Amino acid sequence: MAGRRLASAALLTLLLAVAVAPLSSAVRPVSDAHRSAAAELFAPSADGSFGDLESTYEAVRMFQILGLDKDKSLTGTVCKFAAEKLASPASALAKDLFHAVRISGALGCSVDPGVYNGVVARLKAVIKDTNSLLEFYYSVGGLLSIKEQGNNVIISDAESTFHAIKALSQSDGRWRYDTNSAESSTFAAGIALEALAGVVSLADAEVDQSMIGVVKNNIMKLFDTIKSYDDGTFYFDEKHVDANEYKGPITTSASVVRGVVSFGSVASGKLDIPGEKILGLAKFFLNIGLPGSSKDCFNQIEALSILENNRLFVPLILSLPSKVFSLTSKDQLKVEVTTVFGSAAPPLKVNLVQVLGSDSKVITSENKELQFDHDNNVHYLDIAPLKIDVGKYSLVFEISLQEPEHETAYATGGRNTENVFVTGVIKVDKAEIGISDNDAGAVESVQKLDLLLKDTKVSLSANHLQKLRLSFQLTTPLGKTFKPHQVFLKLKHESKVEHLFVVPGSARQFKIVLVEYHPHPLLQFTLLVFSVIVLCSLNHDANRTNKDFLGLVEKLYYLSGRYDLELAVGDAVMENSFLRALGHLELDLPEAPEKAPRPPAQAVDPFSKFGPKAEISHIFRPAAFASLFHAGIGAVLLLYVLFWVKLDLFTTLKYLGFLGIFLVFVGHRALSYLSSASAKQKTA
Amino acid sequence: MGSVGPIIDLYVLFAVATAVIQVAYMGLVGTFPFNAFLSGVLSCIGTAVLAVCLRIQVNKDNKEFKNLPPERAFADFVLCNLVLHLVIMNFLG
Repeated sequence: MAGRRLASAALLTLLLAVAVAPLSSAVRPVSDAHRSAAAELFAPSADGSFGDLESTYEAVRMFQILGLDKDKSLTGTVCKFAAEKLASPASALAKDLFHAVRISGALGCSVDPGVYNGVVARLKAVIKDTNSLLEFYYSVGGLLSIKEQGNNVIISDAESTFHAIKALSQSDGRWRYDTNSAESSTFAAGIALEALAGVVSLADAEVDQSMIGVVKNNIMKLFDTIKSYDDGTFYFDEKHVDANEYKGPITTSASVVRGVVSFGSVASGKLDIPGEKILGLAKFFLNIGLPGSSKDCFNQIEALSILENNRLFVPLILSLPSKVFSLTSKDQLKVEVTTVFGSAAPPLKVNLVQVLGSDSKVITSENKELQFDHDNNVHYLDIAPLKIDVGKYSLVFEISLQEPEHETAYATGGRNTENVFVTGVIKVDKAEIGISDNDAGAVESVQKLDLLLKDTKVSLSANHLQKLRLSFQLTTPLGKTFKPHQVFLKLKHESKVEHLFVVPGSARQFKIVLVEYHPHPLLQFTLLVFSVIVLCSLNHDANRTNKDFLGLVEKLYYLSGRYDLELAVGDAVMENSFLRALGHLELDLPEAPEKAPRPPAQAVDPFSKFGPKAEISHIFRPAAFASLFHAGIGAVLLLYVLFWVKLDLFTTLKYLGFLGIFLVFVGHRALSYLSSASAKQKTA
Repeated sequence: MGSVGPIIDLYVLFAVATAVIQVAYMGLVGTFPFNAFLSGVLSCIGTAVLAVCLRIQVNKDNKEFKNLPPERAFADFVLCNLVLHLVIMNFLG
């Protein structure tokens, strides 16, 4: 029984750890941790290259956005690499020219104007001839980058290019890759919007406003397909997961962010996208934390840098530098409100509007304004006046911008909830340990313990007819009773055999009573029934718990001798969790009968108990085969029903194959057993 | 094993009765959808036929199938029924 209690206590701890785990992936703005992760992911290889053109561009762009130092010689190598690709544009792919031009732009390489003329001519030719979205994207993007590097580039007949790209759009806001393919994708929509924005920038005359209006509509429909998590995070993902083309939510969302923001900056008037969705997208990228792949890192950082100061809504992130507050050291609650890259936010107020305990119980609904520390850009509040006890809480904050015109420029998300821990020192007192003769009788010897100070050295002795009693009280800094996750009493025999008991707690105190009693066998049954009835009725009034009457002696393997006592009390919010040696107990148990269980052999290596156990080989009983056979036939019939309702023939035949093999095996075993049984019956 | 015979007879009777009920229903309601009717009736007749085969094979007095263990006959019965019902479900539509 103690084993089961232990398992449930361990499970509770595990569940609580899992509940706490989201705390570790808190939303924090881009910081030096991101920078060092990016520096590692995008480190060049030994010869100074970053891989192919696309990877090189991603690395270069990362250095540019994050302000990472790079070698001057590296710049030279990469510039040369890009220049090689630009040298012969007539035979190059639009995709390669696109990446090479952007690399030169990002690094500030000096490129001969003549080289660019050749590239421009090639890209314009591609635009005229193609009707593939990707080709449009690469050529328009390349031309735009050349223009941004100071050259005069214009697309004549921009309206027909605009129209050609727009023609590939679908009614749900997604885009097709070319006129032949029927599949549409969200990622393609992002690319298309970026290309359209490029066309508008490169046009010599203003593009027809009605066409821009239609694309704006497309964007609205695209935002209808946005997905979200419960914590206010929004992201884009593909509708159909095609194994070859599937790019994942990070790449897809980044593509849409690029497209929408670039189109929003060239279109007159504002796009009608709600601020909470922009903030949700920013939170999605920040929630990734430190990405593991260079692709994800590039998409995350680039998307965040685009969101950092976009024309629609600039997202403001509320984050806590520390989520653990100690009552002992009188920690202050500190909150930061910054842009996604950690830059200062416009003037605003942060209020703590609600504190919720575990299971969403409201602790306080007082509205408290946090004070602002200008030097450190932090909002702070003393939590002592709130009279919050130790434990895990959800704090609900509300951000309000101080200048009204900022409401249309910044997205704050209204109310933000953050989970925090409040820790403190738990008082342990009224600790007593003693031996008594029976339930109601006087305790023979009670010794007071001081569990806080140091290991104590009690010396007790008992036989199997007596009881060991241990009790103590745990109080929080605010004076309430505290129930920690772990309260264990360990008995260790001199032969190293150990036993763990969970000390049950009630409203007032923790108390454990270990009873060893080995009555006459005739009395065993009546006592068993009686103890079961008594224990059930004492369920919630657990001021005391008597351990398993009949099993405890057996549990201790009838080992008499000296047992070391240890008490472990611990919890995540308890700053003074402890493991104390209490002393020792001389136990006098009766002789072990013949069939008693022997104690398990104690391994030399104390961690070997966590090693692999003996392999269990399952021996089926023949009767099981018969029921398996019937179950198999039933499964086949169920498969037929499913076939009629939903599945197609080939899927059914596939499953039928699996079930059939199983059925043949099981049926053969069952029927051969039956036939041999009946043959034996005949001969017998 | 001796009492299996009458059970199989009962099963054959049940299958034939079900077929008769289906024909009567079709007479009342009309033949649409005809494939459903056919598959229903044929499944009953088919399983009745298979049961009769099982009956013959299991019968201890039958000299032709003396060496065939009844469990094997039953396994054949189950297999054929499963195949029949797969075809039936396909045809049911």
